[in-house]
Amino acid sequence: MTCTEFLALLDDLIDGEVSCETRAELEKHLRDCEHCEVTLNTTRKTIEIYRSHEIYDLPGGLRERLHAAIMERCKKGC
Amino acid sequence: MSAIQPNADQLEPHPDLALVDKARQGDVQAFDVLVRKYERQIFRIAQHITQNREDAEDVMQDAFLKAYEKLSQFQGNSKFYTWLVRIAVNESLMRLRKRRTGKMVSIDEEIETEEGSVPRDLADWAPDPEQNYGQTELAEILRKTIQGLPQGFRIVFALRDVEGFSTEETAETLGLSIPAVKSRLLRARLQLRERLSRYFRQKKGGEK
Repeated sequence: MTCTEFLALLDDLIDGEVSCETRAELEKHLRDCEHCEVTLNTTRKTIEIYRSHEIYDLPGGLRERLHAAIMERCKKGC
Repeated sequence: MSAIQPNADQLEPHPDLALVDKARQGDVQAFDVLVRKYERQIFRIAQHITQNREDAEDVMQDAFLKAYEKLSQFQGNSKFYTWLVRIAVNESLMRLRKRRTGKMVSIDEEIETEEGSVPRDLADWAPDPEQNYGQTELAEILRKTIQGLPQGFRIVFALRDVEGFSTEETAETLGLSIPAVKSRLLRARLQLRERLSRYFRQKKGGEK
């Protein structure tokens, strides 16, 4: 397996959507290729960081204001 | 009998369906529960697309109002949440169009780039690299980094990886084919990885 072939299957590997056979091939490639191992680990970490950190938080005050406005309009039947 | 049927492949109806049913009969409190359940996600998605706080606030409000208004059109073929997100995505794109008067804005914009298709920065990251930054600084890095992505990649990454949509749900919500979602997701992930490497790469001996 080449690095390009590995990269084409990177998402499927991360998302657990590869067959056992393909997974074995990918793991074999990883044992011999430090670059692809780094790419896999840091891509996984990228997803994990974005998933676990709230970068656009909705502050309480604003939340209540918008909420009240939505409810007011809905009561009037929009 | 409920007016909305659960998906055939679901054993139990999604709990949102009962709330939607009540809201359709004029129960504003039931709709209130749905608003509180999804407001953060809708605000986040609107921010990812518009990249503007004021616009995101307007989009959030408009999306919920439109959803309430169109509840009778919700067929229950998809989840209420994905239906709501579709409304929010369309509202966000409309908001962008207004800002860039006359210029067409779509999720196909700015994706003709090969950047990030092949990883270049192959340095490994420090263990737990986010520990090197304070929460505010880290959030700023993450915002700046994702805002630099082409829009068509950013939306797919936000839905698929941040909001946890499946590939199929992302495709349905954005009106894209499954291969298009997959291709954009791979490139989005690789570009973000590449860009974050500037901050998170392991420092070599003596490097500050």
